[in-house]
Amino acid sequence: MSFVEYSECIQDSDVAIIYLGHNSVMPVKVQHGAQTQTRYGVIRHSSDLIGQRYGSKVTCSKGGWVYVLHPTPELWTVSLPHRTQILYTTDIATITMMLDLKPGSIVCESGTGSGSLSHAILRTIAPTGHLHTVEFHKQRSEKAAEEFSEHRVSHLVTVRNQDVCKDGFGVTGVADAVFLDIPSPWEAVGHAKAALKKHGGRLCSFSPCIEQVQRTAEALTDHGFEEINTLEVLLRVHDVRTVSLPLPDYGPDCSAHPEPDAMETPPPPSHASISMKTTTPPRELPGHTGYLIFATKPRT
Amino acid sequence: MADTGDDDDDRYRIKEGDYVVLKRGDIYKSVQILPKKKVIFEKQWIFLDNAVGCLYGDTFEIGAGGGLQPQNTKTTESPPDSKVAGTDNRNIIDDGKSQKLTKDDIEKLKDQGLRGQEIVQQLIENSSTFSNKTGYAQDKYIKKKKKKYENTVTVLRPNCRILAMMYHGREPGKICHLRYDTLAQMLTLANIHANSKVLVFETCAGLVLGSIMERMGGFGTVIQMFPGEGPVRAGVESFGFPAHFYETLHEFPICHLNALEAGTLNKRPVAGEKESTAEEEEVLPGADQQDGSPDDQSMETVSGDAKVQDQKQKEEEKRREAKALEKKVKLEEKQRKLAAAAAQLDGRNADGLVIASRFHPCPVLLRLLRFLSPSRPFAVYSQYLEPLIECYTKLKEQGGAVGLKVTDTWLRHYQVLPNRTHPRLLMSGGGGYLLSGTTVASERSAGSLQSEEPAPKRQKLKDTLG
Repeated sequence: MSFVEYSECIQDSDVAIIYLGHNSVMPVKVQHGAQTQTRYGVIRHSSDLIGQRYGSKVTCSKGGWVYVLHPTPELWTVSLPHRTQILYTTDIATITMMLDLKPGSIVCESGTGSGSLSHAILRTIAPTGHLHTVEFHKQRSEKAAEEFSEHRVSHLVTVRNQDVCKDGFGVTGVADAVFLDIPSPWEAVGHAKAALKKHGGRLCSFSPCIEQVQRTAEALTDHGFEEINTLEVLLRVHDVRTVSLPLPDYGPDCSAHPEPDAMETPPPPSHASISMKTTTPPRELPGHTGYLIFATKPRT
Repeated sequence: MADTGDDDDDRYRIKEGDYVVLKRGDIYKSVQILPKKKVIFEKQWIFLDNAVGCLYGDTFEIGAGGGLQPQNTKTTESPPDSKVAGTDNRNIIDDGKSQKLTKDDIEKLKDQGLRGQEIVQQLIENSSTFSNKTGYAQDKYIKKKKKKYENTVTVLRPNCRILAMMYHGREPGKICHLRYDTLAQMLTLANIHANSKVLVFETCAGLVLGSIMERMGGFGTVIQMFPGEGPVRAGVESFGFPAHFYETLHEFPICHLNALEAGTLNKRPVAGEKESTAEEEEVLPGADQQDGSPDDQSMETVSGDAKVQDQKQKEEEKRREAKALEKKVKLEEKQRKLAAAAAQLDGRNADGLVIASRFHPCPVLLRLLRFLSPSRPFAVYSQYLEPLIECYTKLKEQGGAVGLKVTDTWLRHYQVLPNRTHPRLLMSGGGGYLLSGTTVASERSAGSLQSEEPAPKRQKLKDTLG
């Protein structure tokens, strides 16, 4: 198991994702002798997990069942323990494509936060790329490094505990792409420019507030970035439902002369309804996560 | 590990034969750099020869005659040093007479070889209302004129982002109206990454396939399932992948899926079969003739004309022989490729499935899911919502998949300028829909204990027939 390569069976010290049902997942550190409590009962790692195929159904002690899934960055994003507000898959997917990420890409990122985007980047740039991620909070940077190690991706990432606005990313002239998710990205634009390759590269800054966007766009222009583009992506979920719509009852048929085919077509029963499959939007939609500013650093 | 001079530069140099993307503003066009080849871009004829040897990302001016010239000075936004401007538009009358230059005048300027920037300058000087406009209106005016009279083109290296935007802007019909952000979602939701085995079924001119190949970086395996006679891959060429990427690409015609699963795949491609039998028929009489003719020749009395005729016959037979051999080699190659693809599928251990086509997604999805290992993601695109509702419903009934979601994305662009920040367009509903999920160990379990869909609300009145 690793977050960048699939394997077939669950092994000791793997990180697996337990799927409990609709929108409910939890990560589990697989260990001989360990147990995990779920609402359906207890899962015993040694007998229920280790040696089983990923994707298997596991019956818990109370009789209910769950599925054990191979970890992916997408499953990790919805199950990881939050230390900060995280980026979700919709934004991550857009960022990945718009930064032209692919195997071999060298990426600089700050702040690491809870590592949601980091894992997605690592998956995309493996096996030949590298991620330089900067986090100014000591415990968070240590926790991230720990997780990268457990997830068997340490060889692809370097975590630095420093302030990107003051000290940059720790590397210069190597990055194909830079990502900023910090309170004052305009202060890091200079360092971002330095980190990018001389031949040019892509930049993305994520900010929840429009004022941050404005200041960042200005800083980007001042530093010579081009193709500055600001956008936001919103996910709309369609919940598939069977709905039953009753038909109106207009009373018994009162026509004066009996229709010739009155015998063949009986009047619709007054208690009829039509059942159909349709979709409905969920009660609440996430309406805003943040604005994404993309830019290109031209060749210098 | 900073860049080192010329060696790295070489990777960024435009070479003859390269597939590139031409760009001006928001307009993109994919072309191949071929010597002396005329290319139309934005109603202009261009020759790309001068781009060879330059670096990707370079911008060129289009000279008279269509040749490319390097851009001398970057067009810098002229700082509003002594900008005379008004405060609002209450006194500006739009009578169409404020520009003193006529269309002919502008054409003359163009013929004189004036660059775009200079023409714009001329327009500003000859506009009677320009100095009365507000500063912002002046900026807008300049931007508009620049866009119209700009004579530049940038040469870019193709990639998924650029090609997806290009196809969506130019030929959305060819890609089933798949918008680029939807494509981005698919690539991530299906966990496309290096060293995995991905199944693809697409009728998007190869854009989806190419995007997947880009995200796999030449590592792993891609099996393209295709309908009809042959896979459409024009879009893949535009990516300009190195040759070794194609070693990871397999194709398998879906018309052989039944045979594959029954184990009766006779290894003869239907597409080629008709051809080959016809050709074999062609060849056979030729072969007979060939065998026959030396005897005939020796029997015939050799006259001058007969000799020439024999010569011609021999040459024709040689050609036919060569052709037959070529066809045989091609057929064998085709059979070998088919067998290789079949072997990849037989394991039923693919790591991901992506479907994006004009076909009804339901039968495609239900059929191809069998080739995935358990605990692997899939993403299905449809221009319309209803087919995906059907897929969702059928999958729920049959089991074997969890985390099913039907989604679409809204994309909104913003104009960000000091005091002029606001959203631009809301591209809603035009990007298509996605169904995504993860496979699990399948067991036909009709009616799961823990239903995912909440039970439909009971009607208060008497309902349902009978």
